[in-house]
Amino acid sequence: MSAVAANMPETAVPSTTRAIAPSKGGRPWTFYVLAALFTLYVIALYGPMFCIYILSFQDIRGGLVFPMKGHSLHWFVDLFTQVRTGDVKGSFDRSIKLAVIVTVITVVVSFLAGLGFRKRFRGDTFVFYMMIGSLVAPGLVLGLGTGLLFQALGLNASWYSSALGAQLSWTLPFGVLVMFAVMSRFNHVWEEAAYDLGASRWQSIRLVMIPVLAPGLVAVALFGFTLSYDEFARSLQTAGSLNTLPLEIWSMTLNVTSPSLYALGTVTTIVSFVVIGASLGSIVLIQKKRGSSAKG
Amino acid sequence: MRSAGAGLRRCDKNDFEAFADMQPSSSPAQTSPRANLAGWLYVSPLVLVLAPFFVAPILVVLAASFFATDGFGGLTPGFTLASYVEVLHSALTLKLYLATIKFTVLTWVFTLIIGFFVAYFLVFHVRNQLLAIGLFLLCTVPFWTSNIIRMISWIPLLGKEGLINQALLGVGVIHQPLEVLLFSDLAVVIAYVHQLTIFMIVPIFNSMARIDKKLIEAAIDAGARRFDIMRLIVVPMSKSGIALGTIFVVSIVMGDFFVVKVMSGGGSASVVSAFYEDVGVLQYPTAAASAVLLTLVLVAIVSLILRTVDIRQEITR
Repeated sequence: MSAVAANMPETAVPSTTRAIAPSKGGRPWTFYVLAALFTLYVIALYGPMFCIYILSFQDIRGGLVFPMKGHSLHWFVDLFTQVRTGDVKGSFDRSIKLAVIVTVITVVVSFLAGLGFRKRFRGDTFVFYMMIGSLVAPGLVLGLGTGLLFQALGLNASWYSSALGAQLSWTLPFGVLVMFAVMSRFNHVWEEAAYDLGASRWQSIRLVMIPVLAPGLVAVALFGFTLSYDEFARSLQTAGSLNTLPLEIWSMTLNVTSPSLYALGTVTTIVSFVVIGASLGSIVLIQKKRGSSAKG
Repeated sequence: MRSAGAGLRRCDKNDFEAFADMQPSSSPAQTSPRANLAGWLYVSPLVLVLAPFFVAPILVVLAASFFATDGFGGLTPGFTLASYVEVLHSALTLKLYLATIKFTVLTWVFTLIIGFFVAYFLVFHVRNQLLAIGLFLLCTVPFWTSNIIRMISWIPLLGKEGLINQALLGVGVIHQPLEVLLFSDLAVVIAYVHQLTIFMIVPIFNSMARIDKKLIEAAIDAGARRFDIMRLIVVPMSKSGIALGTIFVVSIVMGDFFVVKVMSGGGSASVVSAFYEDVGVLQYPTAAASAVLLTLVLVAIVSLILRTVDIRQEITR
């Protein structure tokens, strides 16, 4: 998804053909209508989120709706100190650890699968549809199946075993689909050149493919991390006795009616934004470095 | 200079693709044993994860749907269709499916309309490529944040004392706060559209970006009106993106339970939220039977959509 956009500058169409007919010369009236629609969409997309970030900074009198009642960090302190709000710190730790493990596995497995799917092989369609099935299957049903499976095998469900697997069944299809988009923009000539120069298969992967595909791999990592970190439906029946952060948020939406809930929303969104920013930033950095070394 | 370089590189790639197209297309049947082995080696880690965590759980649910229960979460292996009979005979099932279909159709219509025009705007109206990518990323960022948080973020807006009611009261349009805004079917659809429009924008954006702008110029030169261009060029050529987006939106809405549960305030239920309640009271076989039926319905819908588009071709192209 984003990989497509991230990789665009590399294969970008020269800007002259980009200026297309409907918007050549003066702007047609449709431009203004669609620009208004787009603006409204973005406001509706971000507006509500910013409301809860703002409301999480109220003081002790704060409620769930506007107007703002004072300014303080009370609800953030409350979040990490009160027993009433559950084990936020522990679940936060677990979610981060789990997301890191999921990210590493997702990048490696998706990259390999991306390599495999470049050429047709017997049974490739089967594997492909298995992956699509894993993507569209209702998460809660899969989670229950995994939970029952562990129960039947006499294994304990926990965040690092059953929930890890359940989350991978969700992040891997995304990762491989992003790899497809990334690979389709990879120029096979470079790989051929590496072979012509006597590179082994492993050398061509390590010295040619991985550096060239680095921005795409960062995008896969971004998907792996954020999809795992926010995953809920598949973890619900598989996380065992210790909650991950989204499960903690879920139980809070059912019991807690204070701005603590919003404070947790602010904290978890900050983590997401840091990860998104770091990923997109490193993609831009890689592209820039490439641009300057190509000039020099 | 730079654009010339980009043009050259692009040209090379096209040539290579044209060359590849000239090769006899290698269907799986013609692949060598060596290529088969290499392919399977590369995808084996993927298969090793999906087999125990996708195939096996589905089979477990399928098996559980045929088991009997003691009513306390214990399952007795066996083969009985009792759960299916119970699910299919219950009037509740029909109601749940109707509610689920209602949510799915409404969400699909709104996400499609918004997603299509947002993508159209970004591809055809934003002239600066960098700006287009920037705006596209602006749309995708919330996708990488928590769905639950984005859902509850509607509470301060839609609530009885929320911003929208305050504004409407202030203007004097209404004299009593509207109660249908939050904890209603309307809130459920709003939350779905809020979360899922991105799943329409991305694939439609991708297929639209591949439309050759010369086609549209040619159409204009030939005297086509804006509406004709939309109807005869843009819509047919973004069909695959629409199909992909539809698969995402339909499968997520039909498989969802927490938006329905929270945003309807318990007033509405869908097939999966009923499943969730069944699991909560340890009614595993009934829940499993209902899940199997839902999965069949989903598979039918997805394969109908897949008939219109080869999504693998679409993604790898």
